[in-house]
Amino acid sequence: MIYQVPWLSLLIWLPIIGGAILLFTIGESKEKASKWIALLIATSTLILTIPVYLAFDPLSHALQFVEQESWFESVKIQYYLGVDGFSLPLIILTSFITVVVILSSWNSVKHRVALYMSAFLMLCGLMNGVFASADAILFYVFWEAMLIPMFLVIGIWGGPNRVYATLKFFLYTFLGSVLMLVSLIYLGIEAKSFSIGDMQRLPMSLEVQHYLFWAFLIAFAVKVPMWPVHTWLPDAHVEAPTGGSVVLAAIMLKMGTYGFVRFSLPVTPDASMYWSETLIVLALIAVVYIGFVALAQKDMKKLIAYSSIAHMGFVVLGFFIVFSLIENGRFDAAVMGIQGGLIQMISHGFISGALFLCIGVLYDRIHSRKIEDYGGVANAMPKFAALFLLFAMANAGLPGTSGFVGEFFVILSSFQVTPWYALLAGTTLVLGAAYSLWMYRRVMFGEPKNKDIASLNDVTTREYCVLVSLAILVLLIGIWPAPLLDIMNASVEQLVNCGVKSKLSLEGMCSE
Amino acid sequence: MENTLLAIVLMPLFGSIIAGLWGNQIGRRGAHIVTISGVGVSCVLSFQVMWGMINETIPSLNLTIYEWGSLGNLSLEIGFLLDSLSATMLCVVTFVSLMVHIYTMGYMKDDPGYQRFFSFISLFTFAMLMLVLSNNFLQLFFGWEAVGLVSYLLIGFWFKKDSAVFANLKAFLVNRVGDFGFLIGIAAILHYFGTLDYANVFAQVDTLAMSQPTMSIGLGEWSVITFICICLFIGAMGKSAQVPLHVWLPDSMEGPTPISALIHAATMVTAGVFMVARMSPLFELSETALTFVMVIGATTALLMGFLGIVQNDIKRVIAYSTLSQLGYMVTALGASAYAAGIFHLMTHAFFKALLFLAAGSVIIGMHHIQDIREMGNIKKYMRVTWITSLIGTLALVGTPFFSGFYSKDAIIEAVHASSLAGSDFAYFCLVVGVFITSLYSFRLYFLVFHTKERMSEHTRRHLQESSQVVTVPLVILAVPSIIIGWWTMEPLLFGDFFKGAISVLPEHDTLAIFSREFTGIWSFSIHGFQTLPFLFVVLGFVTALYLYVINPKFTENLTGPLSSIRWILDKGYFFDAFNQKVLVRFGLSTGKGLWKLGDEKLIDGLFVNGSAKTIGFFAEIVRKIQSGYLYHYALMMLIGLLLGFSWIAWPFVE
Repeated sequence: MIYQVPWLSLLIWLPIIGGAILLFTIGESKEKASKWIALLIATSTLILTIPVYLAFDPLSHALQFVEQESWFESVKIQYYLGVDGFSLPLIILTSFITVVVILSSWNSVKHRVALYMSAFLMLCGLMNGVFASADAILFYVFWEAMLIPMFLVIGIWGGPNRVYATLKFFLYTFLGSVLMLVSLIYLGIEAKSFSIGDMQRLPMSLEVQHYLFWAFLIAFAVKVPMWPVHTWLPDAHVEAPTGGSVVLAAIMLKMGTYGFVRFSLPVTPDASMYWSETLIVLALIAVVYIGFVALAQKDMKKLIAYSSIAHMGFVVLGFFIVFSLIENGRFDAAVMGIQGGLIQMISHGFISGALFLCIGVLYDRIHSRKIEDYGGVANAMPKFAALFLLFAMANAGLPGTSGFVGEFFVILSSFQVTPWYALLAGTTLVLGAAYSLWMYRRVMFGEPKNKDIASLNDVTTREYCVLVSLAILVLLIGIWPAPLLDIMNASVEQLVNCGVKSKLSLEGMCSE
Repeated sequence: MENTLLAIVLMPLFGSIIAGLWGNQIGRRGAHIVTISGVGVSCVLSFQVMWGMINETIPSLNLTIYEWGSLGNLSLEIGFLLDSLSATMLCVVTFVSLMVHIYTMGYMKDDPGYQRFFSFISLFTFAMLMLVLSNNFLQLFFGWEAVGLVSYLLIGFWFKKDSAVFANLKAFLVNRVGDFGFLIGIAAILHYFGTLDYANVFAQVDTLAMSQPTMSIGLGEWSVITFICICLFIGAMGKSAQVPLHVWLPDSMEGPTPISALIHAATMVTAGVFMVARMSPLFELSETALTFVMVIGATTALLMGFLGIVQNDIKRVIAYSTLSQLGYMVTALGASAYAAGIFHLMTHAFFKALLFLAAGSVIIGMHHIQDIREMGNIKKYMRVTWITSLIGTLALVGTPFFSGFYSKDAIIEAVHASSLAGSDFAYFCLVVGVFITSLYSFRLYFLVFHTKERMSEHTRRHLQESSQVVTVPLVILAVPSIIIGWWTMEPLLFGDFFKGAISVLPEHDTLAIFSREFTGIWSFSIHGFQTLPFLFVVLGFVTALYLYVINPKFTENLTGPLSSIRWILDKGYFFDAFNQKVLVRFGLSTGKGLWKLGDEKLIDGLFVNGSAKTIGFFAEIVRKIQSGYLYHYALMMLIGLLLGFSWIAWPFVE
């Protein structure tokens, strides 16, 4: 019975259509109603993920909850949905973060509330679409379509320099996606199908793989973002409203690394292997270089944005070390590297989201993001101080929080390639703690800097509930990551044992 | 048994959560009742377990509590390893923690953060117990960093004070440097042993000893075991504050005194010593690593002792003394006298906690003045504090029949017997260290409890003995400070109490050499009065008596080389200055440089805005037929898309 319901379609279209209806029927006049309706839709979407999670078979790496309809018959484009261990956690994350964002923007957004709310609902549906698509063109449509609401969110509710930021954001991401479209069309023609699975099974020469790999890489590297195409992110974050930053950091960045496991590694395994050292070096630069840059930031949002780049570097590192590990027969370590990357994606979603919310809480009260405008906030806001500290510590990778798990796995597995990778990646222990806790110290500790800070009100019940729910998840994954690992395990093992095998000769390829 | 161990660990956590989350609801009384009962239950159960182990009714256990996660064939589990070593640590931790909890009721009486403080120290107890009971490296690392977190929270407990929040950040970061090494060590263990379980790692030690694997990391070939041991020891250097990662411990005195006693003297800082003892099967295989450990420990023992002489803050004197004593413990580990290291860890936990809590009592009496130059003759006003302090001091300097004598002498004898490279240097440091220990300890003792009354009239009038919640823990701690040494020395060092928990290769067994000269506890104690170390103790006492009681003018007017030495000591050998001026400045300017030059000038300036400008240049031409910036770029991209697409598709068209 449960498999006959089109769960994935519901997860995609409920928020999109709900958002559209909200925008066109309720309109801007009824602020309160539009907030409640948006919350209702977002919560329903989140609730819809529960049966999917419960009915998901973690022992299978195959796509589940498949919906397959012909769309453009002539060119074999399908409306083809399905989830596996890679996408399910991200869909749950997206649906959860949307509820969080709507709750957190409850009072801080003052104008065009309905449009704001519907933009986030649509974002939610579109991003679910990205993760649930099993057809490449469908994937691309969602991938590009989600830029529009994001563009609006930053463009309408953003800060003073939003035009520059949106332009930069748009240029970077659009440039990347265009190349991806070319590759997808090429692959579709070659495979005579736009099913991503067929693309993964398509044999290819190394030369073709090189082209495709780079086209994908540019698209995904911009999204992650990887050094040196990362500079749009700090600007976009600084200008984005809190909700925009949360979605950007918590989910949008993951689309890039999701692309790696969905396309780069399995579609072009030989090119990925060929370029893996380059990618590893870029990832390590992200960890070390960006770690230092984060240390020098004066704007809290920029600091967290840079820290996001450094943390995403771990994901890329974890994914691209698998080739040398497999070559040396270290399958367990390869599984650990990928699992580490995936856990880091989910964990960073919670932690960075929570940190941007924390900054939002402060911004709503003091209207500044500059670290120097704060000091001694802990005196007036003890509950907030405790939660903020938890997230700052999680950002620094403290064991017992989710931030530790991914970094731990990636460092442990990268050591097995060469100790140097682990040594460089391990610098995050010091750098991550330095930038996170130094910011925390300057903002939260000390005597209250001025009268405004001394008379701050602690978090409201609404803010408290949002932050506490994130805190519980951060702790839960840190203390007991097994359930999350188990969901992803089958897909990861399939990728390691099969997906990244050479495509250069038919014998070498995995027939499933 | 599993339930007992779970209760020992979880009771303090339970108390901490209640006091932390519902502190306002349960009030001050509720907070201390719930946390003290939690730790109290832990303590009683720990002693029960210890009793069972001594009578061999409870065997050593290796339990799995739950599976944390599994990756391929690797299963990571949370579990407990109960043996004589962890049982000893359980008793030390819960007992000192309980004393500190009780003492806190008095010390923090008027503090607005009363509930928060109780929540933190109970949380610390939980983390420390997780650390000592761990049966695998993952959980060890969890406990390792969790105690670091609580230490951070407690050093910065009075977060309005700038010095406190400077100190806690410093402590955390310096510890993170150590943890970095520790984590690399753990990664190496997983790489070469394929597991993070102690039992599985130790089971493979023999095969590894046979094959002697090496690894190359740029700077030549390393023995794998040496690499692993040194990495793990770097972690220990952070947590147990060994030179050059010791810099955080003196600053940690910014925290309230009860936690200085609990965390920064008795328990957390000894985690490194405990860890190395726990890893004895590994360290035994690398003489290079053992020498490294011994030299670092001995250097710390001597250098930090010197710094104790010039401090004027009562707590900082004891902090430097702690550093120096930790150096003794670490030196013992290097000499393969792990049992002696743990023995000193235990005796030190009692008498150092006693000294700290007594200092706290003086601080309460002095209304939070901590400068010993403003004290003097306090014995007249605080009898219990005075007597217990004297007991602590005698134990610390190593007077025969007091606990510190046995453990310290065992270490010195073991190092003397060691034939490793560096053992002569270590022996020299430790013996001179005895003189230094005696000097700074009696200096502190005289300046606080004897000599002229130098406090202000106002302070003097209010000076009185602290309340009973403060003095009772002092008296209770004074008991083991006297008796624990002669009572437990024989079974701990020469018996087979630690058999199975600590392993020593026969050729390294320095305690065995020592045991041949050992003829029983009484003759050993009596003989103690005739040894070189005791002579140094007396010498230190006499020097302190002369310099600070008989002729106090002497130290005020230092000239020549003595004054430069004093200057170097005052600056703490410039470690802080170096870290602050070189390392921190380097980090910040690198960050700023990379940001401004790399990101803003190069990437954004040249490539991003540069290419935007290039596009803009072409757009000028296209502008005649188009308008609006974004469309320009989008158009250019579409053109590019078409070009690219045709380029790729071209060969296939033909």
